[in-house]
Amino acid sequence: MSGPVTRPVGPALGGEALRVEDVRKSFGDHLVLDDVRLTVAEHEVVCLIGASGSGKSTLLRCINLLEGIDAGRIFIGGAEVTAKGVDVDKVRRRIGIVFQAYNLFPHMSVIDNVTLAPIKVLKMPRPEAKARANELLMRFGLAEKRDAVPDRLSGGQQQRVAIVRALAMQPDILLLDEITSALDPELVAEVLSVIRELALTGMTMVLATHEMGFARDIANRVCFLDAGRILEEGPPAQIFSSPREERTRRFLDRVIEAGRL
Amino acid sequence: MNDATGRTAADVTSAPRRSLRRSRGAAVLVACLSTIVVFGLIGWAIVNSSGWPLFQSKFFNADKFFETEPKIFQGLLLNITFFLVAEALVLVCALVLAGMRSLRDPVFTPIRLFAIVYIDLFRGLPSILIIYILGFGIPALQIPGLTSDVYVWALVALVLTWTAYVAEVYRSGIDSVHPSQEAAARSLGLSSFQTFRFVVLPQAVRRVIPPLLNDAIGLMKDTALIAFLGPVEAFRRAQISAYASFNFTPYLVAALLFLLLTVPLSRLVDYLVARDRKRYLAGAR
Repeated sequence: MSGPVTRPVGPALGGEALRVEDVRKSFGDHLVLDDVRLTVAEHEVVCLIGASGSGKSTLLRCINLLEGIDAGRIFIGGAEVTAKGVDVDKVRRRIGIVFQAYNLFPHMSVIDNVTLAPIKVLKMPRPEAKARANELLMRFGLAEKRDAVPDRLSGGQQQRVAIVRALAMQPDILLLDEITSALDPELVAEVLSVIRELALTGMTMVLATHEMGFARDIANRVCFLDAGRILEEGPPAQIFSSPREERTRRFLDRVIEAGRL
Repeated sequence: MNDATGRTAADVTSAPRRSLRRSRGAAVLVACLSTIVVFGLIGWAIVNSSGWPLFQSKFFNADKFFETEPKIFQGLLLNITFFLVAEALVLVCALVLAGMRSLRDPVFTPIRLFAIVYIDLFRGLPSILIIYILGFGIPALQIPGLTSDVYVWALVALVLTWTAYVAEVYRSGIDSVHPSQEAAARSLGLSSFQTFRFVVLPQAVRRVIPPLLNDAIGLMKDTALIAFLGPVEAFRRAQISAYASFNFTPYLVAALLFLLLTVPLSRLVDYLVARDRKRYLAGAR
């Protein structure tokens, strides 16, 4: 319990890793993000919770610059990435994202999925990329699957490969978009344990999740999104046990009813 | 699971099960018998019709067959050469065209428009018309530096026409790759070209190999059209022999030789489609 902010797991928080300033995003007439403000420190784990359609996934996709924003600014490590003339490919190298549906490349083996970007984007020599990929696969219990194609793996294994693929780029921040939502219940734990290990090593992460129990365990901070706004944020203990906002309370009541907390 | 539920299922549906088992064993026999009976009757009716002897001497003349076969085969070698060169060029040009049509940045609108107009134009015109226009039209202009070799223009005409078809096949494959694949690749920092080259294109090509082969068969057949510019290929060889003797057997020889090339390609398409279907079903589980 030393340092300015306590952490459930991993090293103490560092400087600013990510800042989202008044970001607004619409799809047609539908306002998905309504002046969202969010700051994430190095080594911090932030969980985004909220109903489907509240804007969690869109916020992650905007941070990764996969979606353009209509207004506001985004800073990574203090530098604005939404400014004109910024090379989006260079920004994306520093931000890993893992998707709900894994999105592995089905025509490539596991090892090729992991080494593609280091070889093509970072221009890493193939043997070095392979060695590092093998190391990561070993660390996450996937060593014997290195030559398999994604279709032959279980959902949990595929999602762990997707995490390894993102980690192979050594990102400053890892974004995780409901990464357990497509998994059978018995496979959720193996993926969550990977995230827990990453938190221990100090990886800065922003997770959109429906796993409230996990969010409570791992997050430094929980943000409740409602209709495109961060309605309430705070340490998990406070958000989950004594939420200030009526809507947060109603959302958590529904989650408890569904047996997810 | 079969053991546990098999007995009750058998009790309830014993009659259909028995008939199913019997039909499995008899299916091949029935298929063979019905085929022999149907085609036997048709064959018998043809051979015993009053016009058959004349028909046979004009179309199925064994002497003519073996007399003209080597010459027509010589002509076919020209078809095969044209096919191989044209197909190689088509596969490359069509890919470039499909890539042009898939560019989404507003800057590339003129390129995209060019691709759309090109495909509309060359897919909408009969091959024979393009072969005539290029083969007779351009040499007639006598532009210095431009060849008047009909072989070259025949080849160009075939490539221009089939590039339009094949580009659309490629594009359907490119469009069939889910946008989430592109998102995954771009999120790793790959450029849009790298994403196209390493992630989208390999998946797209794999899916369109059967229709690509389909168009290869079409191109193979279209090589007979170059005869209209003068090159003596299989069809023209057959025509010359037929005119010389008022016997149509040479056409049958040409037809048979074309089938010897295209039927194996057709079977290959069938095989690939079946294999893809199996793989798809296995993947879906």
